[in-house]
Amino acid sequence: MAKIDNVTGDRAPLLSVRELSKSFGGVRAVVDVGFDLQEGELLGVIGPNGSGKTTLVNLITGFVSPDSGVVKYRGQTITGWMPYRIARLGIARTFQMAKPFGALPAFKNLIIPLFSPRVRSLAGGRFGDRDAVAKDLLEEVGFERESSVTFKAAGSLPHGYLKRLELAKCLALRADLIILDELFSGLSIAELAGILPVIEKLRFEGKTIIMIEHRLRELFRIADRVVVLNYGHLIADGKPAEVMEKDEVKKAYLGSE
Amino acid sequence: MKERRKERIDRGIKARSDDIFALNSYREMLYVAVPPALPVIGLLILPLILPTYWQKVLISTCVFALLAMSWDFLVSVGMVSLGQALFFGIGGYLAGILDRYVGCPIWVTIPVATLVGGVICTIVLLPVLRLRGVYFAMVTLVIPLMMERIIEATGFLGGTEGLSGLKPFPNSWIEVYVIAIATLVALYSFRRLVTEDYGLVLQGIRDNDRAVMSGGINIYWMKAQALFISGCVGAFCGAYITHVYAFVGMPAFAMDFSILPIASAIVGGVGTFAGSLVGAFILVPLSEALRGIGGLRTVIYALCLVVFIVALPEGIFHYIQRKYQQFERWVDVDQ
Repeated sequence: MAKIDNVTGDRAPLLSVRELSKSFGGVRAVVDVGFDLQEGELLGVIGPNGSGKTTLVNLITGFVSPDSGVVKYRGQTITGWMPYRIARLGIARTFQMAKPFGALPAFKNLIIPLFSPRVRSLAGGRFGDRDAVAKDLLEEVGFERESSVTFKAAGSLPHGYLKRLELAKCLALRADLIILDELFSGLSIAELAGILPVIEKLRFEGKTIIMIEHRLRELFRIADRVVVLNYGHLIADGKPAEVMEKDEVKKAYLGSE
Repeated sequence: MKERRKERIDRGIKARSDDIFALNSYREMLYVAVPPALPVIGLLILPLILPTYWQKVLISTCVFALLAMSWDFLVSVGMVSLGQALFFGIGGYLAGILDRYVGCPIWVTIPVATLVGGVICTIVLLPVLRLRGVYFAMVTLVIPLMMERIIEATGFLGGTEGLSGLKPFPNSWIEVYVIAIATLVALYSFRRLVTEDYGLVLQGIRDNDRAVMSGGINIYWMKAQALFISGCVGAFCGAYITHVYAFVGMPAFAMDFSILPIASAIVGGVGTFAGSLVGAFILVPLSEALRGIGGLRTVIYALCLVVFIVALPEGIFHYIQRKYQQFERWVDVDQ
């Protein structure tokens, strides 16, 4: 789907963010942030607590409208759109605090994205058997096929499975751009080992992924590129190893002497 | 000191009938089949055995049960309304207008008032769909009061006199069975709807609207649809009552039609629809039975309401359902 820009010969970015700013009262949560994202790339967004990472996600996905700046997806300006319209374009996100529909069985939680017009149109106008699709999707993110977890009330699932459920919701929407807000947080090493291959597989399928993370070691193993936020400013953008060498980044993470 | 706690265990039949439906005795089949059949049997037989006066009570019981279900449905989508009277009044006046000024027969006025009433209610509340919780409730509370005053002040649609001399039902059997069957249809449709995927999405909006939006679903469009469904049920009640009394007037927007349904749904058990029916079947006849004792009627009525709510905050239907499906016994707590 990537378009070739004849003038420069570069591929047009899938997502481009320009001079995005947002203040909440006196707090400048995001200030003049801009970056491009190519199709198939895995971008890590890191930064200390309160540096504006989640606000950035909310700005891109329409849950918060920016004070100024532009977000373009496949060349189309989506700034100020309602979240459901943005989701229908194929931008899916997870939430930092996974809030599942607790009383429903895990697989029924996927009914909501599976019910969206996007899925219907991609499936050729028909929804098909949503329950079966949902169970397959859960297997894809690591719910064991023959086990009872798929049928357990989502409210009683262990943390690791909740995170997988969030990821499965993005898959259910058949998103092209997946934004994962602290997917790894609170996961044990064993749970991580289970979820990392799922992300590798998504990359293999050509999905574009943005990951907000605090667990840098795991992130750096899979990220192509990393941007660093501090007090709402974008202070670095580049390969994981290069970025961590920068003085500003060291200062932001370790504090200045 | 030994501590004890209550242990609840699903009855064997319940566990089996939930999953695989391998029922192998009449006893088990009856266990599963009787509760859903009770309202059908009850509502179809009651009109045959009740005296005329209590038939009228049955009619208003069913109307309040329907209003309670329409309230309950809105709540399950996360819209707490205090204005079922708006739906009721709009349906009532529409039927009155169609009868008086257009001259439609009764079998046209009621369906048209139901559907058009649903559309009007949706349009009226469209601007406040974004409001949640108590803010939505406030607006729905105010609009029917406003309608009442508009009609009073402008003298529009008969003003304080209302529209009288409308066509009644051909006979009292049709009258009572229309509402009895409508109640049954609404009860089973709503109970089915909330377990369908469509209903699950609607309930998702109540629990976490952000997650539903990020699933690519236009929650405002879904909420409008829910309002339409609920509005249709409310408007049907209004149109029906208009023809029962052969009259429609300002009382159609009265608070009674907002508050009593909510009381019924809460006493009966929110979220079950059957609870709305149970609640209405307790509160409305109770209010009629207390009519004889005069001045203290409201006090006694209110006391009953308080007792129900304090003793069974979960609602009567939830309580009965639990007793029916689970054993309870006291067990010692291991320290």
